Amino acid sequence: MSDAVQSWLRRIGPAWAAVAALVGGLPMGGQAAAAVPLEVRAAEAERIAAIRRASAAAVAIFAGEAGGGSGVLIAPDGWALTNFHVVQPAGVAMTCGLADGRLYDAVLVGLDPTGDVALVKLLGRNDFPHVPLADSDAVEPGDWCFAAGNPFLLATDLVPSISAGIVSGTHRYQEPAGTLLEYTDCIQVDAAINPGNSGGGLFDAVGRLIGVNGRASFEKRGRVNVGAGYAISANQLRNFLGCLMGGRLCDHATLGATVGTAADGRVVVSDILQSSDAWRRGLQYDDEIVALAGRPVRTVNAFKNVLGTLPAGWQVPLVYRRDGRQEQMLVRLAGVHAPADLARLVAGGAEPPGEEQGPNPGETPLPEPIRGVYEPRPGFVNYHFNRLQRDRVARTIADRHASRSSGPWTLAGRLADGAEFRLELSDSQATIDLPTGTSVLDADGPLDANPVPPGSGGLLAALAVWRQLVTQGPAAVGSTTYFGTAARDPWHIDPADGERVDVLETAVAGVEARFAVDAAGRLCWIDLWTSPEADPCEIRFAHPTENEPGAMTVHRGPELFGRFLIESVEPAGAMP
Amino acid sequence: MNHRLLCVAAWATLVAAITQGGESGPQQVIADAARRVVKLYGSGGFRGLEGYQTGLLIAPNGRILTVASTVLDAGEVDCVLDDGRRYAARLVGIDPQRELALLEITAEDLPAFTLDPAGPLAATGTRVIALSNMFGVAVGDERVTAQRGVIAAVVPLQARRGAAEAPFQGEVYVLDCTTNNPGSPGGALIDSGGRLVGMLGKELRSTTAGIWLNYAIPAAELCRGCDTILGGVAAGPAQPVEPFDLRLLGAVLVPDLLDRTPPFVESIDPGSPAERAGLRADDLLIAVGPLSVTTRAAVEQAVGRLAVGDPLTFVVIRGGGLVELDLGPRPPAAVRQPAAGGRP
Repeated sequence: MSDAVQSWLRRIGPAWAAVAALVGGLPMGGQAAAAVPLEVRAAEAERIAAIRRASAAAVAIFAGEAGGGSGVLIAPDGWALTNFHVVQPAGVAMTCGLADGRLYDAVLVGLDPTGDVALVKLLGRNDFPHVPLADSDAVEPGDWCFAAGNPFLLATDLVPSISAGIVSGTHRYQEPAGTLLEYTDCIQVDAAINPGNSGGGLFDAVGRLIGVNGRASFEKRGRVNVGAGYAISANQLRNFLGCLMGGRLCDHATLGATVGTAADGRVVVSDILQSSDAWRRGLQYDDEIVALAGRPVRTVNAFKNVLGTLPAGWQVPLVYRRDGRQEQMLVRLAGVHAPADLARLVAGGAEPPGEEQGPNPGETPLPEPIRGVYEPRPGFVNYHFNRLQRDRVARTIADRHASRSSGPWTLAGRLADGAEFRLELSDSQATIDLPTGTSVLDADGPLDANPVPPGSGGLLAALAVWRQLVTQGPAAVGSTTYFGTAARDPWHIDPADGERVDVLETAVAGVEARFAVDAAGRLCWIDLWTSPEADPCEIRFAHPTENEPGAMTVHRGPELFGRFLIESVEPAGAMP
Repeated sequence: MNHRLLCVAAWATLVAAITQGGESGPQQVIADAARRVVKLYGSGGFRGLEGYQTGLLIAPNGRILTVASTVLDAGEVDCVLDDGRRYAARLVGIDPQRELALLEITAEDLPAFTLDPAGPLAATGTRVIALSNMFGVAVGDERVTAQRGVIAAVVPLQARRGAAEAPFQGEVYVLDCTTNNPGSPGGALIDSGGRLVGMLGKELRSTTAGIWLNYAIPAAELCRGCDTILGGVAAGPAQPVEPFDLRLLGAVLVPDLLDRTPPFVESIDPGSPAERAGLRADDLLIAVGPLSVTTRAAVEQAVGRLAVGDPLTFVVIRGGGLVELDLGPRPPAAVRQPAAGGRP
């Protein structure tokens, strides 16, 4: 369907609800029916089709005695989104029903407890009906929308209930309930959201997923719909999807600073941790926050809304104002929780899942359907899927570098000032010749002892580990896991941008590093820490185009170490 | 009207609805109207009393109409415009009968709703959008909540006794959607063209069924309320309406002295409707209409809920047997008259 038609349908949604009422409410003969304009018939057919598509992708989740809820399929191989609070009582294995009347086994993959999101995978097919994620920032109050789910667990035949309404508000902030479950930047709807709708999809007029329903205002009205339901936005879900698909226990981000409203209404830094990246980048008390991650911040709620959509570990742009001057910086976001605390909260005070909490194959056998697709491990919800994602990224890297031998790689070119540099990477060592001198790193030894070249924060170590990942494969290099996804360019966090890059996380020989790899297996950026407290070495690659050579920009914290224009690479294509 | 004609009319409406949607869709209508709605914050915030509600800008110079409530008890009320600007609002006056309040902020050139005193009542079936500060979910420059619905009935708020107590007894719009929530009172009810149809009323809940009423006060009534306040017409306190009582029919029950006083008839006024219907002293009432009653309080509640004209029937136990009595339609309730005094 064309964008124009979609936009038209979205706009006339409520109008054609009136149409439906009139058509349904008036006695009409056969001739009269023929008089209905084609546009109206087309709109009606489109609505029916949208509801049909959404229904097919709606999942009824059964959690045994604990009840159940809803979910929504987003990919043909069975990935389904739902709420954390829906799957929490179900454990790692659950039964799911689809509108085709069939039951499917499903396994828990990833959790975002703070955002109340869970990812499960339905098993047994690779052609599941599914819906695409829409750009939820394009949603406006007044837009037509509908929910498909399993309210009051009515769907005994597994066909979901549909409730229609309009978008009542966007970018709503809902305080955390208890210690977890903060609903930020959510979509408010007047479509009936009742117990059991939790985890189900909220769809736009053409059946695209704009959110996952999870909460409603109840207060003194009892636990039934009172005309205010809240859905986690599709754009927030998209930010966390990589982390969830990697079988992780995902955490939300904190700036390490709190903000408040000044007397004149400005949003200013009211407190800041000196251990935070924002502090090291130079953010101070009373600085006015102007924008975060590319979105304007005019209220404290807006700040919390933006922050709540971001995963821990991402680097995002922050615009602030001090003494009338506007400045911007890239700031690295820490996790809201310590990993062990998050695990404890999820387990409800018990031990972290994956240790005592998870099923132990030696004692309690795993339910038959999920054997082979579930693997407990501390820090992960289901490590099996982390390995799958890591190996998938490994294959894209291997495909790109299939012809690269394990012999030495050499890169040569010029610095921004025209001076030459030469870089050589081999199994045993990494060497760089710079106008300021030559630095050598023993690639077999500890990598954190002597970050070279001096001032870079560990440029040679970062490149040496990348070469190991390429030549040996991620499984053989220290502890390498799949981190999730992140923006290709942290300066441009487009929340609706489907083109995110995969990130691998490696701990080896005393250093920790993240490597961002695009779908073509090309390296996009590296962050490497020789010490958790110190600023990392940040390397950003610009890939060569027809007109431009490739380039490599190296920062340590705010300090530019150097910009390297790469003029020759041996063997060809080894880097970046 | 034959079917074909109806169809033509329907078709015209459809085309109009779509054309309107194309020119100024609900998104634009909501965005425009929301600029005329303000969030109000005052006293409250405990024991189920919200400290916030909604108001309507009704003049460019900062006149705001809202409901008279405990939120305004603070004297000074915080008013937040759609664009996030914050003002201190001053109470101009109150219309106690309609439970309306007029506030004022010091501002100019504000977008405002037009109140049409001659505006006709909207018809049942009109599609409407409600805009309100529901649940306080929108703060600062965040836009108020929008909900869509239909006017399901246009009826007097003089609801059945025991169903809802409100001083205002005139006609209101009853809505098919849950618009009346904490914070909603004072919200705007607009039609598909963005015209003000009414204002969401104070929360009203049936004391027996526990059901909340979703309703709005018609725009013309709002005009009268404004006139009352601005014209300095000293609107007296609302006239209390006595619940219907069996004494109006000439029947006196035994005094309600116990927790569960059995509903015996103490005496019957001679020549009263109760006597004519055959009710006698010492009868024990066990049913009012279809409801069984075991206490005096239950009788009062059951009788009090009857609307004017409802059939009034009793079942009593007399001499060990059951007797059915028909007292005819319920007469109109008497309005309490001031006690007759010596003053003119």
